[in-house]
Amino acid sequence: MPTIAMPVGVTRLVRKPWLWSFVATVAVWLAMEIFTGGQGAGEVVTAALSFATFSVLVGLGQMFVVTLGPGNVDLSIPATMALAGTIAMKYMDTQDPRIAAGVVIALAVGAAVGAFNYGLIRALRIPPIIATLSSAFLFQSAAIWYNRGLRIKPPPAFADFSFAEFHGLPYFTLGAILLSVLLHIALNRTVYGRSVIAIGQNPRAARFAGVSVERTRFATYVMCATLAGLCGCLFSAFSGGAALNMGADYLLASIAVVVIGGTSVAGGFANVPGIWGASLFLFLIVAMLNTYGFGAGIRMLLTGIIIIAVIAAAGGQKAQR
Amino acid sequence: MREGVSPQILFSPRVLRSLLPALSLVALLAAIFYLQPRAMSYFGLNLLLNLAVPIALATIAQMFVITVNDLDLSIGAYVGFTACVAATWLNQQPLLGIAVLLAGIAVYAAMGALIHLRNLPSIVVTLGMSFVWQGLSVLLLPTPGGRAPGWLLGLMGLKTPFLPFAIFASVGLGLIVHLGLMRSAYGVVLRGAGGNARSVARAGWSVLKVKMIMFALAGFFGALAGLALVGLTTSADANIALRYTLLSVAGVILGGGEFVGGRVSPIGAVIGAITLTLAASFLSFLRLNPDWQIGAQGAILILVLALRLLVTRAERAS
Repeated sequence: MPTIAMPVGVTRLVRKPWLWSFVATVAVWLAMEIFTGGQGAGEVVTAALSFATFSVLVGLGQMFVVTLGPGNVDLSIPATMALAGTIAMKYMDTQDPRIAAGVVIALAVGAAVGAFNYGLIRALRIPPIIATLSSAFLFQSAAIWYNRGLRIKPPPAFADFSFAEFHGLPYFTLGAILLSVLLHIALNRTVYGRSVIAIGQNPRAARFAGVSVERTRFATYVMCATLAGLCGCLFSAFSGGAALNMGADYLLASIAVVVIGGTSVAGGFANVPGIWGASLFLFLIVAMLNTYGFGAGIRMLLTGIIIIAVIAAAGGQKAQR
Repeated sequence: MREGVSPQILFSPRVLRSLLPALSLVALLAAIFYLQPRAMSYFGLNLLLNLAVPIALATIAQMFVITVNDLDLSIGAYVGFTACVAATWLNQQPLLGIAVLLAGIAVYAAMGALIHLRNLPSIVVTLGMSFVWQGLSVLLLPTPGGRAPGWLLGLMGLKTPFLPFAIFASVGLGLIVHLGLMRSAYGVVLRGAGGNARSVARAGWSVLKVKMIMFALAGFFGALAGLALVGLTTSADANIALRYTLLSVAGVILGGGEFVGGRVSPIGAVIGAITLTLAASFLSFLRLNPDWQIGAQGAILILVLALRLLVTRAERAS
């Protein structure tokens, strides 16, 4: 029993699994500001929010997938991003009026990828890791064949919009916050969200309780891939074009933000705010290593070590069942 | 499990299932010889199977990790790192090189311990480690270069009688790991930890020790893969083996390994690795657009999994 009586609100806050990702984020930000003497502190926050948007998009989808239980993970996210980004940018053909249709195409490509992934998992009865790994080969190949190794430029208005801000908040970030709120509600208040959590805790019990397990899994894989498709399209606009390797960083990022954000890797427990905390944290780590002026080798080395250290400190789950 | 000596057993789904990897390999070889009859020679086979040895070693490394229900997404970066060490330190200061390679194996054992003790997902830890290995490789060899030690070049360029060195090496590798993992008493414990860790622990074995041994073995064979690779390519760079991560997982699965439950097959894994190596040559003989090479490997993987499902269904029905 604690000797110091804490207000109920504080104890409840301290128990939130997502709190630590935000504490770590603020710590890294302070470490960086002390080094630079507080110069450009505002810009760093804006940049962090812009870049975090993309890891949040893929992280949210991955979170729902991971919550389905052990073995559920989508490894095809980078390939999906490359494929959807490439197809959408090729369709837009740098013409502004085609932006809306292009975004819809990216979403459709993502949804199709998700449906294919789920089809493999269901039809071949293989673990999702193997299914999404094999399908990632196919989608990456399709992207290579369609892309021809070029950087396909986005329409100018789309590129401008990706940097446009509303009172210091990029529109993309605003959209991602809105989406996060919706998914937070979906997770905690809708039949779908509760089904995902129930399946993650015990699929058999969920089935006996009348949860439509397969329909929920189908919806989750489709949603995850659709978000990856959207992320690929938006990131193409933000980074000056669709490139084949643009999703490469997002495989580690999507899984790491889920774990650092306090979602249980064993499934059955998820939270949306942690995805934001962890995404900001990951960006700031990279930004901090950049400010310190390290070379590429040291930067990669430290990123890896820090991620493992944070996961080892935060992600340790008590053994379940 | 019914055991009986009847003629039907030869064609039973169970036997078929274990023969599936070998049958796929034979089918692929037949197709290659049909398309390119000149491949049916010592020289042709040598050319085709040259790169099979490092891929087979990396696949065996991945197999040890998969046996205990984990997945190593850093094996490609690690093989690249060991290749860089072999092309620099091992060549110039052999003692330092050996010490670094041993340290790499120790890091693998520590990784196994960390994953077990903190109950972490192996995918995240190994993905993080892939950054570490690649960062180290870039520090060691910022630009492609280095030179493989002479003894390594000599070993990999060995001209063996009758059949190319790669075939002898692969057969030897498969048999040695088969004896150690499938036929030894402790091998049963090692695989048991993948099947049911709790009952292995209840029987008095340390699961922590098992995990550390399996990861250390993965580190050992991964290092051998790096050495073999640099013995073939003579120089190294940080990105030399990144695709080995996916190839090794695919090889284990192609070879009949199950993703959970400790059901693996070392001989199958070696066959799976050779099949994937040959698949690349086969596709180039078909004059397939090189863009689709990776995709074709994915398609082959899906095809084999589908075949296996059919066989498993038949197995249940009989």
